[in-house]
Amino acid sequence: MMTKMKPTRDGYGEALLELGKSNPNVLVLDADLAKSTRADWFWKAHPDRFFDMGIAEQDMLATAAGMALGGKIPFASTYGVFVAGRAWDQIRTSICYGNLNVKIGGAHGGISVGPDGGTHQSLEEIALMRVLPNMTLILPCDAEETRKATLAAAEIYGPVYLRFAREATPVFTESDSPFEVGTANVLREGSDATIIAAGPIVYEALVASDLLAEQGLKVRVINMHTIKPLDETAIIGAARETGVLVTAEEHQIYAGLGGAVAECAAKHCPVPIEMVGIMDTFGESGTPDELAEAYGLTHREIVAAVLKAIQRKK
Amino acid sequence: MTLANNDQLRELCTTVRRDIVEMTAAAGSGHPGGSLSAVELVVGLYFNVMRHDPANPTWSDRDRFILSKGHACPVLYSVLARSGYFPADELKTLRKFGSRLQGHPNMQVLPGLDTSSGSLGQGLSISNGLAIAAKLDGKDHRIYCLLGDGEIQEGQVWEAAMTAAHYKLDNVCAILDYNNLQIDGCCDDVMCIAPVADKWLAFGWNVIEVDGHNLDEVLLAYQRAASVKCQPTIIIAKTIKGKGVSFMEDVAEWHGKAPNAAELAVALKELA
Repeated sequence: MMTKMKPTRDGYGEALLELGKSNPNVLVLDADLAKSTRADWFWKAHPDRFFDMGIAEQDMLATAAGMALGGKIPFASTYGVFVAGRAWDQIRTSICYGNLNVKIGGAHGGISVGPDGGTHQSLEEIALMRVLPNMTLILPCDAEETRKATLAAAEIYGPVYLRFAREATPVFTESDSPFEVGTANVLREGSDATIIAAGPIVYEALVASDLLAEQGLKVRVINMHTIKPLDETAIIGAARETGVLVTAEEHQIYAGLGGAVAECAAKHCPVPIEMVGIMDTFGESGTPDELAEAYGLTHREIVAAVLKAIQRKK
Repeated sequence: MTLANNDQLRELCTTVRRDIVEMTAAAGSGHPGGSLSAVELVVGLYFNVMRHDPANPTWSDRDRFILSKGHACPVLYSVLARSGYFPADELKTLRKFGSRLQGHPNMQVLPGLDTSSGSLGQGLSISNGLAIAAKLDGKDHRIYCLLGDGEIQEGQVWEAAMTAAHYKLDNVCAILDYNNLQIDGCCDDVMCIAPVADKWLAFGWNVIEVDGHNLDEVLLAYQRAASVKCQPTIIIAKTIKGKGVSFMEDVAEWHGKAPNAAELAVALKELA
């Protein structure tokens, strides 16, 4: 089967173009990386509503806060490392504390940024964003879901962080696939174990589930595109019905999706959990494929984690 | 309520200064020094310059006041109460559990606040965002932003200074409360901010320097700022930290210390 490949950031760019036509209150800001984030598509179509803020992420985020106070719906994008990290206090105090209607596009998320190396590989956004009250945090799994998530972000009131990636990754959802902020999607049913994943690595989870099916194991796959608010019902159901959980994310192993799932399971239905992610280390230069192999973010690690988790059941 | 009469404004400044020392004394903590230094600057805005309506605090065409130095909220709370946004009685709840008058401004709970603030260096960026939104909507309201002098040590202030000049935000008027003291001592000793006017000029701003306790100069500066086109204005207001209370004047430790009962009595006597 030939899978269509497309970077999730393209979904952000396409959605901004749609919003530019449909909603005159949508403004877009970027910090000298509009070509990378795909914000430049909006820039070309609506130059009067695009604001390049220069290489000044803190100013960009607080300016967006002011625009929201003025009744606008600003989308501010740049690389995830610079927005979630460098401008974290602006997001906290100027945006979340006042529950302002600012949308944040965190581009180039994950280690798959590749050759730029460890400084540019954003591996901490889930941890940084999910501790902020009022924040909605979405990691779409492919370009189509990113498009839908971006459109949805404009519809809901309050701060939203969207994390998308640089590399072309498989597009495996359709225009009519369901997407609702805060509602996880079950992509494969199963009763032996559940893989909960977010972002493009969901595709690897599907491959893992298929490989495990060949061994006679029925493994559920949940696309947890919204990390906050977390779909606890889906997690509790999976824990009860399948007995073990495996999380998969292109993010630090601490305080990410795995942590969020573990908090929920520990509270409501403790079961063995295995986590696939970056093992408390920084990345390095390499191709996305080399890095996925080296840092253990492929379907192989997910398969191994599922088998280990199932073993812990007994 | 617009007071064109400077005698009335001066009288109101005294009332606001009394509020500041009383409310911080009642709270047992807070920031009287940098509140007292900004009294004329804020009273002048709310009672003479700004277009606002206490009965309609979310009116979209109102002028905005962004208190970037959020710790100086006692002066703003007093001015908002005296304007009629909430009862003056409530001032004594400052910093208390359950109060709408949080230790630093929280717009989610108190009507009349145009932003929340507390972490320094962010208010000018917020002002720029409001100014851009106003221009896109073809509205003529103005955005006033009060900065502390120590606050301009924050790098983000200078990012925002570039933005306001770049986008020609002539509807932004920053006010610098230049009392030259911060928590650790004199600004020039802690981290030199001079030459302040030259810096803002170099960043493309229209600069007006005034005595921040001279109401005539302050009001004239606001008027001149409003007439400048294609360029943001900063009013650099030379002020005295703790102004109006002899033992607080020009003493850094009154940045974040409340008067005790005896000190309050002396202060109120001086502010009669």
